[in-house]
Amino acid sequence: MILFDHVTKQYATQNRPALEDVSLEIEKGEFIFLVGPSGSGKSTFLRLVLREERANSGTVWVLGKELNRLSNWKIPALRRQIGTVFQDFRLLPNKTVSENVAFALEVIGKPSSHIKKVVPEVLEVVGLEGKEGRRPDELSGGEQQRVAIARAFVNRPMLLIADEPTGNLDPGTSIGIMKLLDRINKLGTTVVMSTHDSQIVDQMRRRVIELEKGHVVRDQSRGVYGYAR
Amino acid sequence: MRATFVAAEVGNGLRRNLTMTVAVIITVAVSLSLFGAALLVRSQVSTMKDFWYDKVEVSIFLCSKGSDTPSCAGGAVTDAQRDQIRTDLESLRPLVEEIYYESKQEAYDRFKEQFKNSPIVDNVTANALPESFRVKLSDPTKYDVVASAFAGRPGIEQVNDQRQILDKFFRLLGGLQLIALLIALVMLIVTVLLIVNTMRVAAFSRRRETSIMRLVGASNFYIQLPFLLEAALAAALGAILAIGSLVVMKVVLIDQVLAPSFQFTAFVGWDAVAAIAPIVFITGVGLASIAAFFTLRKYLRV
Repeated sequence: MILFDHVTKQYATQNRPALEDVSLEIEKGEFIFLVGPSGSGKSTFLRLVLREERANSGTVWVLGKELNRLSNWKIPALRRQIGTVFQDFRLLPNKTVSENVAFALEVIGKPSSHIKKVVPEVLEVVGLEGKEGRRPDELSGGEQQRVAIARAFVNRPMLLIADEPTGNLDPGTSIGIMKLLDRINKLGTTVVMSTHDSQIVDQMRRRVIELEKGHVVRDQSRGVYGYAR
Repeated sequence: MRATFVAAEVGNGLRRNLTMTVAVIITVAVSLSLFGAALLVRSQVSTMKDFWYDKVEVSIFLCSKGSDTPSCAGGAVTDAQRDQIRTDLESLRPLVEEIYYESKQEAYDRFKEQFKNSPIVDNVTANALPESFRVKLSDPTKYDVVASAFAGRPGIEQVNDQRQILDKFFRLLGGLQLIALLIALVMLIVTVLLIVNTMRVAAFSRRRETSIMRLVGASNFYIQLPFLLEAALAAALGAILAIGSLVVMKVVLIDQVLAPSFQFTAFVGWDAVAAIAPIVFITGVGLASIAAFFTLRKYLRV
């Protein structure tokens, strides 16, 4: 699913590499927590997986493709198989819940008959039935994140990337989101989630990869948040 | 590819960025009008050349009694000289296409006709006007052959090439055309810069949409197409306005003002306008699309 082999990423504007000699493998169907302080390289890791950045050295394999050799025009096809969720939701404020989800399908050219069928389905999966016509500013933070997850999941991606999806949510709401991500994982999608939320990591007991200053300092199946310290 | 979705995006984009869109339409319209006008002047020049070069003659004025050029020292032209000139002209065929002799009386009649509303006619008599040979050349540019053969010969006062007078006029029109083209060029550069900037603003104001599109795997083509179509559509509207202004130039300036006042010459017809219109349209839309394309490549990267 994801394979990093001695990957180093150095941004031109920084002295220290964001990631240095990182090697790890993530299997199909896993649920991964990516933890570590700010600046430890979590976001860089996710950006490398999405091919928003290229590694300076080492090889990055995602979904059977070596990303350093992937030509630019093939990137959209890769991203169609990866769902992405962010801390700040990234919804379009002038579109309704349904339209926000449908937008993701429209822009990759899916026929409207297909869109009409799958959008209500996925909204049911994330628990937003009855709120199809609302706009993002009429929803709570948790509901907005559910819209974002619906948009990320509507194509039934092989891989879901979640960059601190509960970072803006209160603990109660976060649990709901985690249950949803867990459910998506059980439907067969590999989930990679970066987080600062120790409570969630401790409760879920999934594989934890901890980064610090660009290095993997811990990789533990069924781990907790603060074990290494 | 979903046409309705792209069309809706284009409509939204144009509306959201209305002031910039209007600015693009106007600059495109103005610069293309100038460009079209320059092309119109060029085809006017070539219409006039066709019209006039067909009619221009070389005039060989013969000596009259009062002529004071050295070649007329022997007084008025003699019958023998006149016959010799005609024979020599005949020998220059086929360069010399037609030879027409105009007597003093004929010159006077023509003069009266040309200046019939002017008091100057009353002061001129048939004797004051020179008799002449009017020679039409098969190739008007070979005037020198005739001039060198006849200028300065006894009995000939002067050899005149009407084409030289016309050429001055054509040079003037050519200069006007060049100025119009230069202004059009500057305006087109301004237009391109404005389109580049408009695209930048549009890409920035829709960065949310485009970032989501990139994220969910929309192709570059799909992301850029609405922007490209917006630029092309605005340019097309501007080009249509420019073509409209060319039609107005033709109807008002040429047909109603210039043509009645200058009846002695021909003016460009609708065929010229019809030939220029697609050039103007393609230049406008093409330039806008190319400018938009390169701007978007920079600001909407995968």
